[in-house]
Amino acid sequence: MSTGRVSIVTGASRGIGRAIAIELGKDGGNVVVNYQGRSEAAEETAAAIRANGGQALVVQADVSVAADVERLVAAALDAFGQIDVLVNNAGITRDGLLMRMKDEDWDAVHNTNLRGAFLLIREVTRPMMKRRQGSIINITSVVGQIGNAGQVNYSAAKAGLIGLTKSVAKELASRNITVNAVAPGYIETEMTQMLGEEAANAMRAGIPLGRAGTPEDVAAAVAFLTSSKARYITGQVLNVDGGMVM
Amino acid sequence: MANEVFDRVKKIIVDRLSVDEDKITLDATFKDDLGADSLDIVELIMELEDEFDLEISDEDAEKISTVGDVVTYISEHQG
Repeated sequence: MSTGRVSIVTGASRGIGRAIAIELGKDGGNVVVNYQGRSEAAEETAAAIRANGGQALVVQADVSVAADVERLVAAALDAFGQIDVLVNNAGITRDGLLMRMKDEDWDAVHNTNLRGAFLLIREVTRPMMKRRQGSIINITSVVGQIGNAGQVNYSAAKAGLIGLTKSVAKELASRNITVNAVAPGYIETEMTQMLGEEAANAMRAGIPLGRAGTPEDVAAAVAFLTSSKARYITGQVLNVDGGMVM
Repeated sequence: MANEVFDRVKKIIVDRLSVDEDKITLDATFKDDLGADSLDIVELIMELEDEFDLEISDEDAEKISTVGDVVTYISEHQG
């Protein structure tokens, strides 16, 4: 189904981004694997895509920097000639209670998680509009919907992504471009390993399906929303959270 | 000069809005005569900026309503 399709996945060196990149690279998909710091991990993602018969282009870029984003999208267009799918997945955490949170921790999380998505969308919109086709997915989080003590910065940025998703969906609908968000719940990745055992157990207790999710669970939702089967779905938030938020 | 600008502008409008070349007169308005919506106009402005290597501010862009407005603007601002 993804034969010849071109996808950009930000933050694709590991975790959920890697699983999404691998999923979109199946069946002959072309994937631009963006990473910020870990080139070896990004190369591993690319190798996994190629092993499945897809094409991968690894591009380093800090999504919070406009010049980097321009270079990333230009590299994608140079290599593959078009962009069908954008997945804004790159995200960081700088957790801490509000009273002790530094300005830099607030800004860093917003710059990568929210500004980065805005910059990427702005950059891919023109090539997508010209072809009257495209699908954009923003990876948000359940904490953007229900909040989380210790993550005022992260949850605010993730909630912001939901507003961004809906507004862009309205702006671009007339050009046959769909824009949706996927909200993972508690997914086992390096990022959530930092939570510690106690917090992880508390998380699991609040999940009706009784277990943590995997990056592949999230990737499957992205694959659906970017497929022609979801062509009539736009402006939505799809939770992949084992029933945590209903 | 204005004629040359008009021809280049015309070509971009034909490509972007898929309208007949005959309909593109200097008096034609983008919205009513050429059927452009607000996104079309943003795209047109961006392509004109690329084609003529100039920057059209949002303030100036808002004042543009006819093809003639574009040709005049470009003729006046081209370096």
